[in-house]
Amino acid sequence: MGSLKDSAVSGSNPLDSPVKQIQIDGLVVLKIIKHYQEEGQGSEVVQGVLLGLVVEDRLEITNCFPFPQHTEDDVDFDEVQYQMEMMRSLRHVNIDHLHVGWYQSTYYGSFVSRALLDSQFSYQHAIEESVVLIYDPIKTAQGSLCLKAYRLTPKLMEICKEKDFSPETLKKACVGYEHMLEEVPIVIKNSHLINVLLLDLQEKSMVADKHELLNLSSSNHLEKSLQLLMDRVDGMSQEIVKYNSYCRNLSKQQQQKQQYLQRRQQENTQRQSRGEPPLPEEDINKMFKPPQAPPRMDTLLIAGQVNNYCQNIKAFTSQNLGKLFMAEALQGHSS
Amino acid sequence: MVMIMCLICDLEIEEMVLKFMNFLFIFLEVIVANVVSNCFCQPPTSARGQQQESHGDLRSLSSSLFIIILHFLYEVMAVHGPVVKIHPVVLASIVDSYERRNEGASRVIGTLLGTTDKHSVEVTNCFSVPHNESEDEVAVDMEFAKNMYELHKKVSPSEVIIGWYATGYDITEHSVLIHEYYSREAPSPIHLTVDTALQSNKMNIRAYVSSQMGVPGKTVGVMFTPLTVKYIYYDTERIGVDLLHRTRASASRTNGLTTDLAQVASAAGRVQEMLSTVLSYIEDVLSGKVMADNSVGRFLMDLVNKVPKITAEDFESMLNSNINDLLMVTYLANLTQAQIALNEKLVVL
Repeated sequence: MGSLKDSAVSGSNPLDSPVKQIQIDGLVVLKIIKHYQEEGQGSEVVQGVLLGLVVEDRLEITNCFPFPQHTEDDVDFDEVQYQMEMMRSLRHVNIDHLHVGWYQSTYYGSFVSRALLDSQFSYQHAIEESVVLIYDPIKTAQGSLCLKAYRLTPKLMEICKEKDFSPETLKKACVGYEHMLEEVPIVIKNSHLINVLLLDLQEKSMVADKHELLNLSSSNHLEKSLQLLMDRVDGMSQEIVKYNSYCRNLSKQQQQKQQYLQRRQQENTQRQSRGEPPLPEEDINKMFKPPQAPPRMDTLLIAGQVNNYCQNIKAFTSQNLGKLFMAEALQGHSS
Repeated sequence: MVMIMCLICDLEIEEMVLKFMNFLFIFLEVIVANVVSNCFCQPPTSARGQQQESHGDLRSLSSSLFIIILHFLYEVMAVHGPVVKIHPVVLASIVDSYERRNEGASRVIGTLLGTTDKHSVEVTNCFSVPHNESEDEVAVDMEFAKNMYELHKKVSPSEVIIGWYATGYDITEHSVLIHEYYSREAPSPIHLTVDTALQSNKMNIRAYVSSQMGVPGKTVGVMFTPLTVKYIYYDTERIGVDLLHRTRASASRTNGLTTDLAQVASAAGRVQEMLSTVLSYIEDVLSGKVMADNSVGRFLMDLVNKVPKITAEDFESMLNSNINDLLMVTYLANLTQAQIALNEKLVVL
């Protein structure tokens, strides 16, 4: 199931973007975890900026800093000013001050949204190789770090640039929900000194392993995931209904146009036979204004989100099946 | 006196030797601190003052001996003062800023942020501050420190300045000056040293708090008393650190994030390792190689009793219903995915 997931998200062809791999420093991972832990309780998303540099076809992320929450007063002032100040100060202490992306926490995997698309588009427009790191704290708390990096596909970039989301353009570009975001593989790298530190910590800290990964209870997580999935599928069905009505209207209009043309022709032939001047051709298009095509972007987003949910659920169930079989083996020995 | 300490604390001789070497280092450090305190003292103004100064010397020597004993005790048991709890994020930041230091700088300093309690201080964040250090003077960019603190406060308003850190093993004279600056920012600041030069083949992480010492009214100096250092982790932090540990094993110091089923497999592997260790211990005890320990025996009893005793049919039915749930959910997820894919294709037609 793991390999299926990879190919579904990134498309069957290999990544042909400028970034083929992401290398993250251990420090960044710890900082992201800490930021969510301290400021992110209450299912709010926490965001921050990633700093680093590009080496050949690898994107190295060496540091990061968090954004304050969007709570009170002038948000605009905070954002840009804060960012500028931070980057200037970090430059003084020799930390890479090049913007290479941003990170966001997510709640049960629901991050495919308009806001994310817009932000990532503006980032990728300005900086070719930027990525968005999605950190899933709930899955991490279940036993293993869940950190994924996404970029917008070049096709989607084109469409976003023109801001034209009608069905025709999407059909021309052949953009499906699978080709919206592509996942970039992540590798974690540590310097030697940090390895020494980790060794030290391991000796001194003596924190007992809690083995959350082997936890058998699954119903809570499944319930929430399925509920979110149901909401999205509802949204999806509404969009589909809208599109269907649009299609019906369009075809009805075509029919009406045809009928009108036919009637005109008949009248004209009648008039000609009677020797009267034919009626002037009227502009058909002004009479029958074509109905507005619904924007397809939302549908795409919902489809992408539903796809994401399904994949997460499948991963979760596969893990739990494994655990159940282990429990069975344990019982088998003792009984 | 050392031997008496040894008997009291019931340690082995090798450990004793190691600790002795350790506090010889500390002894030297304390001598330096003494010299510093003498430099900072007011010069005596009268003959009587001269005598008092020599008394002060003796007293400072005896106080330094006292400090040595305190250091020694610190190795063995806890010490007065608040407990310092550090998050791994802080240490990783410190190491990283040390690696990025300017050319020619031998150490890095920075501010520690966190929260304080009545008996403990929790260090949760830090940032480095540029500074210049030479033989006779030290310059710290205080403007920068203030700015950074303001920025950090915007993100986490609950963090306050609780001290500062420095890389390197010793506490130098400059440290005293810097510490004084920080005591203006926070009440009784903590000083943390991280030995990145690995002088004793280990990264020694120590915390100190400063207190007045010397003869009150005359020669007052500053003494750094060590504190117990503990490492605390959030649950998710521990999982992150576990992942980072795995990079140690690979040659290129890199590690990818594993897929789901592989994670369960590795967790199962870990449990299996632990079980085999326990089994080998039991066999040793049974064959008489190792003395049986009652507490371990009690834990083993607990372990065996933890596997719940359920009749075969009940367990079968529970297992089956769980598996059915999971399979149904998987089927639903697959169905949904097929549906949206179909919908996509139909629209494009």
